[in-house]
Amino acid sequence: MKTARVAYAGALHEAVPHARGLQLDDGRALAEEEVVWLPPFDVGTIIALGLNYADHVKELSRELTVTAKDEPLVFLKGPGSLLGHRGVTRRPRDATFMHYECELAVVIGAPAKGVVRADALRHVAGYTVCNDYAVRDYLENWYRPNLRVKNRDGGTVLGPWFVDAADVPDPQALALRTFVNGQRTQQGHTSNMVNDVASLIEYLSSFMTLNPGDVILTGTPDGVVNVNPGDEVVCEIDGIGRLVNTLGDDSVFGR
Amino acid sequence: MLVNKAAAQHLAMAAPEIHFERAPWRLSGQVIGVALNDPAALAALGGAVHAPPYKAPPQAPVLYIKPRNTLAGIGARVVLPADVAEFELGATLGLVIGRTACAVPAAQALAHVAGCTLVLDLSVPHDSFYRPSVRFKARDGSCLIGPLMAAVDPDTTTLLLSVDGEPAQAVAAGRMLRSAARLIADVSEFMTLRPGDLLLLGLPASAPRVHAGQRFALTAAGLGTLEGCVA
Repeated sequence: MKTARVAYAGALHEAVPHARGLQLDDGRALAEEEVVWLPPFDVGTIIALGLNYADHVKELSRELTVTAKDEPLVFLKGPGSLLGHRGVTRRPRDATFMHYECELAVVIGAPAKGVVRADALRHVAGYTVCNDYAVRDYLENWYRPNLRVKNRDGGTVLGPWFVDAADVPDPQALALRTFVNGQRTQQGHTSNMVNDVASLIEYLSSFMTLNPGDVILTGTPDGVVNVNPGDEVVCEIDGIGRLVNTLGDDSVFGR
Repeated sequence: MLVNKAAAQHLAMAAPEIHFERAPWRLSGQVIGVALNDPAALAALGGAVHAPPYKAPPQAPVLYIKPRNTLAGIGARVVLPADVAEFELGATLGLVIGRTACAVPAAQALAHVAGCTLVLDLSVPHDSFYRPSVRFKARDGSCLIGPLMAAVDPDTTTLLLSVDGEPAQAVAAGRMLRSAARLIADVSEFMTLRPGDLLLLGLPASAPRVHAGQRFALTAAGLGTLEGCVA
């Protein structure tokens, strides 16, 4: 089962896939361009992983001082950064390197504290696609990755669909890829995660309680490139969804 | 079946059980903390700020997030995890956002603040500020908030912290490198602050440490007393 949350004609609705695009809870069938897409669930704590794909670690190794053997590199994001499918993310005028990150987003469905790896996936409600933007120009070596890089308004794009865990038998068997203006720039496979979904839940729940609606953004593979105003960025994960975002320049945001 | 799909899809962001007598009435659940805003905390690092891994002093505010599992009210018992010997007891002032702040200039920033409240941010002590593990900041119940919200001047308020009834630290909130107004301007430049969001003014240097069995209390004129203990 796939569900979305959209705004249409003055109200919020749940929606499911339909031959035309989507069907609202009141029966109306619509094309995906006709609605405003919101993040597909009520988002709690946003937990993100850095360097969780072996190839991405290699890609950034000149800049980084970690190896894949260290404790998982976890950081938190705030609700103000959330954006739905087909939204516009601001690219600041002075940025020279702003990049997308296509990630499998894991949504917690039952409270988890001290959960062992073997039981971890029972605490997952479902999955969606995330595009977790970064503006590298603002990177500073204090509480990395600092919020000015990773927690900008519109920098956590989620959707379009929330996919029930029951429909994803193995979260480590998914191919993912990103297209910029139709050209493939990133591809990877969740089997290459350094810490898989179950291990991440075991690790996180060892020191904090995970609650329903909390979401784990599981990191991105090799292949991040700079994107510019007007670019269309599509992050895609097999069986989960195809998440579209467009970059807007400062003038779009009145700056 | 453990999974409650309905809960994941429909639970609103769990608001802490802290209510105010006027708008914004309650907290949103978003708490943003600031490290190294106390000049003494930065000075304690000395020349290390220019050496690897930092390579340069911080330019933007050094921010961290206290997630919703950390939020607690007055009288909270904070459980010391088995792998931790003691908590650092960070006394600070929380700025409660009353009006949405997006790219506001410092001169207008305080108009976006509904009031202040007391906050005790308990952290697992850590010496490196390069890439501290979330483990140090995200322990369950480690962010005590309350009991009141009042329109005190954040730049002239003094916080008094006691441990087991003895004075432990006095924090002049106005000594911070970035004032409340400057902080809101610099943060809202890239992340919009919304009503009920809580922006912490900064952790003091040399914060006392507390271990299991100790009680603590934070007080300031007009803001009541925020008490808790480590269990």
